[in-house]
Amino acid sequence: MMPLLAIAVPARLVHLAPVDVVIVVFYFVLVLSIGWYLKGRANTGEDFFMAGREMTAWVAGLSFLSANLGALELMGWAGSAYQYGILATHWYWIGAIPAMLFLALVMMPFYYISKTHSVPGYLKLRFGESSRALSAVSFAFMTVLMSGVNMFAMAKVMQIVLGWDINFSIWVSSLTVGIYVTLGGLRSAIFNEVLQFFLIWAGALLIPILGLYEAGGWTNLKVLITHRASEQYVHLWSGLGSFGNNPMGINWVGIVFGLGAVISMGYWTTDFLVVQRILAAKDIRSAEMAPIIGAGFKMLVPVIVILPGLLGLAVLPEKLMPESVAAITGAHSYNDVLPLMLARYCGPGLLGLGVTALIAGFMSGMAGNVSAFTTVWTCDIYRPLFNSKGSDRHYVNMGRWTTIIGVLISVGTAYLVMQFASIMDYVQALFSFFIAPLFGTVVLGMLWKRATGSGGFWGLLCGTLSSIGMWVWVKVDPTALRYVALSPHAKALAQDMFQALWSFIACVVVTVVVSLATKPIPDNELTGLVYGLTEVPSVGDVPLYQKPFFWAAVVTVVFLVLNIIFW
Amino acid sequence: MISIWFFIGISLAVNGALILAAGIYQLVNPPANPGIVLFSLHANVWWGAVLLAIGLIYCLKFAPRHA
Repeated sequence: MMPLLAIAVPARLVHLAPVDVVIVVFYFVLVLSIGWYLKGRANTGEDFFMAGREMTAWVAGLSFLSANLGALELMGWAGSAYQYGILATHWYWIGAIPAMLFLALVMMPFYYISKTHSVPGYLKLRFGESSRALSAVSFAFMTVLMSGVNMFAMAKVMQIVLGWDINFSIWVSSLTVGIYVTLGGLRSAIFNEVLQFFLIWAGALLIPILGLYEAGGWTNLKVLITHRASEQYVHLWSGLGSFGNNPMGINWVGIVFGLGAVISMGYWTTDFLVVQRILAAKDIRSAEMAPIIGAGFKMLVPVIVILPGLLGLAVLPEKLMPESVAAITGAHSYNDVLPLMLARYCGPGLLGLGVTALIAGFMSGMAGNVSAFTTVWTCDIYRPLFNSKGSDRHYVNMGRWTTIIGVLISVGTAYLVMQFASIMDYVQALFSFFIAPLFGTVVLGMLWKRATGSGGFWGLLCGTLSSIGMWVWVKVDPTALRYVALSPHAKALAQDMFQALWSFIACVVVTVVVSLATKPIPDNELTGLVYGLTEVPSVGDVPLYQKPFFWAAVVTVVFLVLNIIFW
Repeated sequence: MISIWFFIGISLAVNGALILAAGIYQLVNPPANPGIVLFSLHANVWWGAVLLAIGLIYCLKFAPRHA
């Protein structure tokens, strides 16, 4: 996620008309109504934590995507498109599509047939309790902190864009999310995420349509951007031959291997926040189709995120600044580009819908964090470590209380960040430490039967520690970036990519070495958990156009064509 | 159980109707200073109409049926 710094000068960007306020209020009424309607359908653990495992592929797929489509992502990456040009699209294409397809075709069958409640739950089955505890505690802790950080950042955005009081934004949004997740559990979170997905598109799609009209079409837009910035702002790959040839200060190795092969794989296949949505699918075909549907729509997201940033670069009369400069000068920052474009084109009614889209994006992300935290705390920490003999009803009640407590911890974190803004950067960095090594552990566990419990635990621990070590090294000595990213021209984003790559390699090496030095797990204990020892369930005798493999191939072809077109 | 698509239909239809109404009001009473670029396209009229149409289709297609 791109950080939206908390130290900006408050200056209201837009003014809402009465009809805009009605649209925003209607949104809150609707999401609470959905939660109230679903409260009677969350009485068992399977209902509350897994939405009854009855979601269709479309609902699970759109929810899977929506949980990631937070307002800070929308605004942050639109700002990145203004700052770095079309290169920011890599985070939506190579930084997502291969990982989503890998999840669908390779990993999902194992998650699904193991009937696990969570990713830490799979680690327990595959590597034992210690790996699950390490993964669950770190995930639960970081998820609830991230939720608070995002909450504060969003409240700050609402203050800047609308002039709303920070306390009002924090409490209204968090209480709303808390109420509808507590009432309806994961099903309520998923339903609202699908609703939010539609609102985000309805509210944001008009900006690129009107922007392209004003710019005179895509060809003319490229000319305008080349004139105002440089030709490299409209090329995806041609400037990635070396670190110095593109505005991001990164090369193709970092993008392909750091982002595409490690970070995105780690996020989309092991971050329980998104994987939980797929586990709620009603059958194996739906579970495989859901990430593929998500991938299809993910390829379109740059239309409402990257394109507005590029259009801002071409048509906005003022020049936007980095947050640090904007905070001093009072100018608008890169991250303001989406609200600025919204205010540029959207009159009464449309403005309300656009603001609702931002609020919906924030709330879908927060609901995702809260519901994932609730499941991991209840199923992977509380039940195995504190009370393994409770009734199903007891665990549902625990889930409801955990939702409320999770929201309150998030609110507390938001106020903590308000006092100490630097915490925000640390929390975001902390979260990134776990992603890459966890992917190494999970993927080795699924694909290599020789991996042992000790190997999995020590690999995960060493990978995480190596990531923390590199981060501290560069923090203490910024010149160390040239060693981590292998170039004196590398910039901050390159550090993230290469740090993830090295920590993944460290995790894999340690897992392999320790596994080979320890006693193998008998094959009969790995049935249903590892390739080669598991009969992967069939999606059934369905026509070609209903097979996940067919649609994965279609998405792959479109993905390749898009990359070639915008090369 | 009411389908999620019905709730989406309600949301799009109500938002579309409100945006369309606001757009028609501005069409009949054009403001002296619209404050936005491309006001002449009256985006809130046609975008509101599109959302209303999609919302109504969803509402009709996924309306809860009584046995």
